[in-house]
Amino acid sequence: MNTWIAIGLTVLGCYAVKLAGLLVPAHVVERPLVRRLAALLPVALLAALTAQQTFAQGHALVLDARAAGLGAAAVALVLRAPFLVVVAAAVVVTAGVRALGG
Amino acid sequence: MDITGGAAKPDAAVVRDALGVGVAVGLSGFAFGVTSAGSGLGLLQTCALSLLVFTGASQFALVGALAAGGNPYTAAAGAFFLGVRNAFYGLRLSQLLAVPRAVRPLAAQWVIDETTAVTLAQPTRRAARIGFTVTGLTLYVLWNLTTLLGALGARAIGDTRAWGLDAAGPAVFLALLAPMLTTATERAVAGLAVLLGLGLLPVLPAGVPVLVAALAAPLALVVSGRRAGRGPQDAPEEAEAR
Repeated sequence: MNTWIAIGLTVLGCYAVKLAGLLVPAHVVERPLVRRLAALLPVALLAALTAQQTFAQGHALVLDARAAGLGAAAVALVLRAPFLVVVAAAVVVTAGVRALGG
Repeated sequence: MDITGGAAKPDAAVVRDALGVGVAVGLSGFAFGVTSAGSGLGLLQTCALSLLVFTGASQFALVGALAAGGNPYTAAAGAFFLGVRNAFYGLRLSQLLAVPRAVRPLAAQWVIDETTAVTLAQPTRRAARIGFTVTGLTLYVLWNLTTLLGALGARAIGDTRAWGLDAAGPAVFLALLAPMLTTATERAVAGLAVLLGLGLLPVLPAGVPVLVAALAAPLALVVSGRRAGRGPQDAPEEAEAR
């Protein structure tokens, strides 16, 4: 039930902000400060999520095969690889390190 | 940008650009399906997310937070804040596409990173409309199809960790984040958010550290505004998300 509550809230919230962008007159939201904040908010959230999903095990911080996978993704990004290749690199390297007992 | 006076671009070229983005990103719905199923969500729940939320970062964030044991409200809040950027995409697109009022509730569902990137790259309104529609349609169909296949596949392959599929989520986040790190401000925000997110993880309930880490954004605006000795609204424009 909790999962459905979370899904329902996310559906409503995400659709509402998408629609708001198309309906609200530009001058209401297009203040420079608001725009800067909207640009920086995903930076903070994505950085925190990347770190947590790489190094978190419940409430503990661990260094395991995922770190190697994320390193591979970072290398792929530096080499300007396409999106799918970046994700595949992380998955393959993580699986490989685990298979080797990492 | 002059969206009506630019040189015309052949429709076929626009469709090709749009299909390239739509197919590549649409296929990564597979990673979401697998991750979501691996996080303990049911088939119906996983597919509902792709059909109704349809903004990848928020979907990954939600299932990640639920898997970590976060309560539904903090989990949804994290997903929502990630989705807020779509409102700013919509502002630009509504001017560029001149979407008829009646179509807006439908078009809204396709206002995401990829459709915005393709649409903003077009020289004319006609090309922008074709780009938006083709990217949106391709992505929506493929993303939902591959989500279903991924969720079914996750059951078939059993332990998704053995296949390294738990690394797909953070890799997606990193791929979305990398192009945003254009100036020192962005990098400082990312660094501070990582420190907050990891540092608070052992002491706060699941899902809450990410929300606290989001405070790195307003904090950086205040600091950079002070340092410049004027309002933060004078910060450089090119750093703004696309």
